Amino acid sequence: MNEATADIDLQEETSGTVKKFMFVNRKAPYGTVYALEALEVVLISAAFDQDVSMVFIDDGVYELIRGQSTKAIDMKNFSPAYRALEGYDIEKLYVDDESLKARGLSTESLLVPVEVLNAAQMAELMDQQDVVISF
Amino acid sequence: MKFGLMVNEGPYTHQASDTAYQFAAAALEKGHRIHRVFFYHDGVNNATRLTEPPQDDRHIVNRWSKLAEQHGIDLVVCVAAALRRGIKDEILAKGFRISGLGQLVESGIQADRLVVFGD
Repeated sequence: MNEATADIDLQEETSGTVKKFMFVNRKAPYGTVYALEALEVVLISAAFDQDVSMVFIDDGVYELIRGQSTKAIDMKNFSPAYRALEGYDIEKLYVDDESLKARGLSTESLLVPVEVLNAAQMAELMDQQDVVISF
Repeated sequence: MKFGLMVNEGPYTHQASDTAYQFAAAALEKGHRIHRVFFYHDGVNNATRLTEPPQDDRHIVNRWSKLAEQHGIDLVVCVAAALRRGIKDEILAKGFRISGLGQLVESGIQADRLVVFGD
């Protein structure tokens, strides 16, 4: 199976349609596979020229913590990939204010620039989306 | 309405696949269309024909195969997630196929609603 070739064919079939895609990240990065596999979906979505945004909420805010080190748990540190998102034109990153505060974090603890939203603003943003996929 | 579904959890451990199936069956009954079900994360384990539940239990894998055959539903298993978990072409149940994540994004673009089942 050639994923790259198959996706190029799909891009042609869907060209012209731009929807608002939101990927909601709610889990800590290494306890489960959700964060890593979410990132894989986000990177593929970039190839379809959609209007993509990412939200980090609950333990999902830990995905963006600066200075992650995974040597001791023998897992791949995939956090540098969040820095690379800009290169894929994925620049809309939103973090939930309460989730940050509840964990004693601030935007200074994060490895990429984000926009911090309160619950009401987050709800409004979600309401504007065409497709919301949560991990 | 045209629906795309996403199933993110494995069979039997988690209700996600059951709920997705029941949603699909109910939607079809009401005259809606399910154009694709995309299996991701441990959801790829819904696709193996090696599954053998006890006889008095529902057969989650065969149930998907049957629904797909009756209603022309595209059952797509993510290749990266599948290979990570030992799911390959040679053990796929009827009606399932392995393909890329682009199929999920395309489903989001083409369907009127993409419904996600999982934790």
